[in-house]
Amino acid sequence: MRVWVPLDAAARALGADEVAEALGREFTVTRNGTRGMIWLEPLVEVEREGVRHGYGPVGPEDAASVAEAIRTGGDHPLALGPVEDLPWMKAQTRLTFARVGVIDPLSVEEYEAHGGLAGLRRAIGIGPERIVAEVTESGLRGRGGAGFPTGIKWKTVAGAKAARKYIVCNADEGDSGSFADRMLMEGDPLVLIEGMAIAGIAVGAVQGYVYIRSEYPDAIRLMEAAIGKARQAGILGQSVLGSGHAYDMEVRVGAGAYVCGEETSLLNSLEGKRGVVRAKPPIPALEGFLGRPTVVNNVISLASVPWILTHGGAEYAKLGIGRSKGTIPIQIAGNVKYGGLFEAAFGMSLRQIIEEIGGGTASGRPVKAAQVGGPLGSYIPHWDFDVPFGYEELATKEGLLGHAGITVFDDTADMLKLARFAMEFCAVESCGKCTPCRIGSIRGVETIDRIAQGDETGIPILTDLCNTMKWGSLCALGGFAPFPVMSALTHFPEDFSGRREPRPTIRSREAAE
Amino acid sequence: MTSPAIDADFLLRLDEIIAAHKGREGPLLPILHDIQAEWGHVPEEAQPVLAEALGMTRAEVHGVVSFYHDFRDHPHGRHVLRLCRAEACQSMGAEALADEVRQALGIDWHQTTPDGRLTLEPVFCLGLCACAPSAQMGDRLVGRANLAKVRKLVAEAGMGAGA
Repeated sequence: MRVWVPLDAAARALGADEVAEALGREFTVTRNGTRGMIWLEPLVEVEREGVRHGYGPVGPEDAASVAEAIRTGGDHPLALGPVEDLPWMKAQTRLTFARVGVIDPLSVEEYEAHGGLAGLRRAIGIGPERIVAEVTESGLRGRGGAGFPTGIKWKTVAGAKAARKYIVCNADEGDSGSFADRMLMEGDPLVLIEGMAIAGIAVGAVQGYVYIRSEYPDAIRLMEAAIGKARQAGILGQSVLGSGHAYDMEVRVGAGAYVCGEETSLLNSLEGKRGVVRAKPPIPALEGFLGRPTVVNNVISLASVPWILTHGGAEYAKLGIGRSKGTIPIQIAGNVKYGGLFEAAFGMSLRQIIEEIGGGTASGRPVKAAQVGGPLGSYIPHWDFDVPFGYEELATKEGLLGHAGITVFDDTADMLKLARFAMEFCAVESCGKCTPCRIGSIRGVETIDRIAQGDETGIPILTDLCNTMKWGSLCALGGFAPFPVMSALTHFPEDFSGRREPRPTIRSREAAE
Repeated sequence: MTSPAIDADFLLRLDEIIAAHKGREGPLLPILHDIQAEWGHVPEEAQPVLAEALGMTRAEVHGVVSFYHDFRDHPHGRHVLRLCRAEACQSMGAEALADEVRQALGIDWHQTTPDGRLTLEPVFCLGLCACAPSAQMGDRLVGRANLAKVRKLVAEAGMGAGA
């Protein structure tokens, strides 16, 4: 009898390794990715008459009784029934994450049996120009946060004349509340390889790099193993699937610098330099890695490409709202009852996502605010939760989509402390190249400390400082750090007034150190 | 500080690491990761050798080593316990947990227990944001972490009952 126990880092953090070991004594255990229902992890699945039935959350202490239920087909309090009939699964439109949690991530055979490689085969058939046209028609925009149209970026690189070009995948997913890249690389690494190979053929690049943050050792291991499998299967190498197009790739590991998620800083890091931001222009599409034309795309952007090539850009563009086309893997995190990854077309309201899908807070207290888009994203107050989830739609609330991670806070959250954290994080992670970010963030921490001690004359100074950082910084680190700070201050002024805190000690001053 | 003396073995191993990566595009970070895996930190003595081999100045190499949080100039304890301090973990009480753990271990951030076995480090996001707060020690990950789970993690790493 075949049994699945996820190998995803979140499932492992909740005891999946112990459960897999216990069940492995009796059954053939496949380690799959996670379905994304993290509150049900470890989610054990068993196949009965071609349908996968789930049990979860199965802690190590439940393994023996679940094993018996699997063996006998008897009832079990953790039995969930067919996994794909669960409301959370049925309500999704899983395109990019279709295979995550379903297949063995390192099996090329299972990958292909579940629709893998169809996009790459079609891409080879239609050739570079039409690949770029399909991606452009799909309306796919950068899923890393910037939202730049992927097709236009590819067209620029394709049109650049150079002896050597590159595909660089930005897998430096440093935003708290985001784990889509990690989940995809652990659960279906081959789809990223396929997407990068398509990009390579489209723009004429023969080499790719996946820059993965060092905090993701499982993703690094699985990506490297998948690249090995892809080479064996002829997906990578001198002639991709026998097409005559050469394309190969490798993993590069970051070294703990958040700013390397910024594309020019990432390129410097990849070159072996300090991860300092570069001024644009020149844009990386023309002068990127080692000064050569380079596509820099986020994991989810590239992993969405095989579906687009398989089904056509027009099909993808039918989903979504406004200029936000297709689906987005929404990551529901923090103080939330049902946390996890939920892939859906753009356009759901934040309220639906947090209250209906996420089930409200884990603590049972009222929701105060949600930070959307990572440490540089705004705190959206609960009264603004009717905003639809989309790039431009969130911007109307001074919000950012970012990496589509949503961190939920209950009413005990202290918005001044969170604002201070945002400034301190910026100070610690600043690459140091531009003054508004390097110095502004330090002054920001000091000013918030003054406000915390009761000096409310600091509030207009903080507002002014945020304005300077927003418009004067070279990249999104200094430029967006004002979003969490100003949203906290604007929506929750009561958290910033009438405070009488003692001067912070040296020790308490390093929350983000 | 227990920097390896610049002996023949050190230089030989360093040359091997450099040779393994020298042909790659942008070899310095992979080399530094391997050096740190070998010696637990990036010994200062390695920097001039790297500069020479890669055609960089010593200042440039030092600039890179000092830029990244991962690269250390001294070894840490045998085990490193990382507690996440980012926003999603904060929303689930990471700060209170960190206080409890620091008290239980008797060390502050970046410090090592007197027996040299455990170093406590903050981390900013392990991507376990839907089961916060989170902790990591070596290959082991802990979601929905609390003091009891962290104690168990530390104890299983052979740290004794003190933590």
